[in-house]
Amino acid sequence: MKSDLILLGHGSGGTLSHRLLDELIVPLLSGVTPDEQNDAAILDVAGQRLAFTTDSYVVDPLFFPGGNIGDLAVHGTVNDLAMAGARPLALSVGLIIEEGLATSELEQVLQSMRRAADRAGVAIVTGDTKVVPRGKGDRLFINTAGIGLVAAGVDIAGNRARPGDKVLINGTIGDHGMAVLACREGLELQSAIETDSAPLNGLVADLIAALGTGLHSLRDPTRGGVATTLKEIARQSAVQIDLNEAALPVSPAVAGACAILGLDPLYVANEGKLLAVVAPAIADQALAIMRNHPFGRQAAIIGEVTAGEAGRVRLQTAIGGLRAVEMLAGDQLPRIC
Amino acid sequence: MKYQTEFRDPQLAQLQLAAIRKAVAGQTRRLTLMEVCGTHTMAISQHGLRSLLPETIRLISGPGCPVCVTPVGYIDHAIALARRPRTLVATFGDMLRVPGSSTNLLHEQARGAQVRIVYSPLDAVRLAEQQPQTDVVFLGVGFETTAPTVAGAILDAAAKSLANFFVLGAHKTMPAPMAALLDDPELEVDGYLCPAHVSAIIGADAYRPLVERYRTPCVITGFEPLDVLQGVLMLARQLVAGEAKVEIQYRRVVKPGGNGKARDILQRVFEPCNARWRGIGDIPASGLQLRAAYARFDATVQLPVAIEPTREPAGCLCGEILKGKIRPGDCPLFRTVCSPENPVGACMVSSEGTCAATYKYDAA
Repeated sequence: MKSDLILLGHGSGGTLSHRLLDELIVPLLSGVTPDEQNDAAILDVAGQRLAFTTDSYVVDPLFFPGGNIGDLAVHGTVNDLAMAGARPLALSVGLIIEEGLATSELEQVLQSMRRAADRAGVAIVTGDTKVVPRGKGDRLFINTAGIGLVAAGVDIAGNRARPGDKVLINGTIGDHGMAVLACREGLELQSAIETDSAPLNGLVADLIAALGTGLHSLRDPTRGGVATTLKEIARQSAVQIDLNEAALPVSPAVAGACAILGLDPLYVANEGKLLAVVAPAIADQALAIMRNHPFGRQAAIIGEVTAGEAGRVRLQTAIGGLRAVEMLAGDQLPRIC
Repeated sequence: MKYQTEFRDPQLAQLQLAAIRKAVAGQTRRLTLMEVCGTHTMAISQHGLRSLLPETIRLISGPGCPVCVTPVGYIDHAIALARRPRTLVATFGDMLRVPGSSTNLLHEQARGAQVRIVYSPLDAVRLAEQQPQTDVVFLGVGFETTAPTVAGAILDAAAKSLANFFVLGAHKTMPAPMAALLDDPELEVDGYLCPAHVSAIIGADAYRPLVERYRTPCVITGFEPLDVLQGVLMLARQLVAGEAKVEIQYRRVVKPGGNGKARDILQRVFEPCNARWRGIGDIPASGLQLRAAYARFDATVQLPVAIEPTREPAGCLCGEILKGKIRPGDCPLFRTVCSPENPVGACMVSSEGTCAATYKYDAA
């Protein structure tokens, strides 16, 4: 059934989100073509390339193991700038607060934002605050926008993956989504799962410095997970991506929780992970750089780009079978970021 | 998690596959093996098992996904309840997107109906406790694996004397539909991979009458890839030897007599009834209904609502798919009109549905 209403699935980051963007939002507002859609827009300003991005955070609950909506809102926008190859410069913060929120909770969130910004080396320079009546919002929503500078010679985009390239990830998948879900639903797991929320601009700077133009695409697999993000890159670059399940890092706690709930970690959101598509000759070097960084200790080469069929993603399963990987359809887990 | 990596070992998988190839070597007849459990459907597609088996072994999916076998009329009933004032419908997530005759619960939620996803029927009881002014209706679908937890929730609600907790029941049982499919002359099933967790409740002995009457081998099989491969091997060996018996591959969980405690609680709260299966029709004694003593929790009895006339989706071949007669790719709607974000039939909605699993995992 075609939808005359906005559904939760339109915010999932999966196929419904893409359709809403492609059919309604982008045509009405900007007209940028799908293969040019990246985590941040690049603007030419007086001979400099400026990266510009924005993101809103509606996570429920506000506080979860390993983080809260505040540091998430800083990391998310810092990471979107970093994925464009930019050095983040400054952030704005918009707060939409529901009447009745405890001031102490807001203070705790703001302190986390400040710490996260300091850690990422980015300044929060402007903002806005609105309060809505009780029942008209859900405690606290945050919007952040950010600007960054892309250095000369850096060319990172979703349409630059080439046959032969290797696909890397900087660590275990699915931690953020499962941490929020387990916390929200009160799942009693043997070992608590913590969010992986982290600023990735330092790691990206290391990669750019060492790899130069051999670093083709970067993207953070947030909503929709690794599967949806790789599908986006495969489509934008008109290439096939073959993944190796045995190489995918998944923590035992996340694997166990996913098995119990019938979720596939490939579709669960991450907030401190990046997928890097790099030229084959420098793949091992990229891996070493990641593993040398605090946010990349469990990095792995998880697949490769082939000429194959444009837009296709396949997975060699751990026991040797072969299957297709599609985008997330519907909303696997609403309101996780 | 223990028991996960151990059952996904690629070397052991190669040994199992070699044994399967050896078992069917020289056989020209194709063996059609049916699983009747949504988790098997998922596991087979998720791990790409079809791509590993010899061509003479065909794996098909039967009516094992609880959401998929739930008829359209039930969804319409749930939607009518969701539209009722001061009513909250609590359900497992997969039910939200199943199309009814004109809408689904997800759209009703967007229009303002109170629909909550819960992970256990006990969560629905808790909602009823927290909101005494609201009638909370839990959608009771599923097989013998979920029915005992629903029975437990009803006993919990009875102990708490809750007057605002109800169940809209459509529970189904095994192995009645497996026999119904063997009665269908158009369908050739050589052997059954029997469900793992359902069998943990009903026990291996529940399949004996079926095997004796139809001479169709049954192997109760676990969910991990190596379990499924071993189940296939055991069925292949029986078929090649001309045997027909009930075997348990999933020995670490399933016993011949099943789980007496779970069956006791089921029998205390539910009694067998005729049930309508999407695509298959009415099968005698294949469902569960609340006993008269618990009728005060029965949404059908206590919360009368007007339900729209049932309209089956045009062109949808879910029924044929649930019977294993066709594969999703044979349906003209598959991947053209029908997709996970725009599902026409239930098999595309549930994450355990054959069409959803094929769409998501099987290389086109």
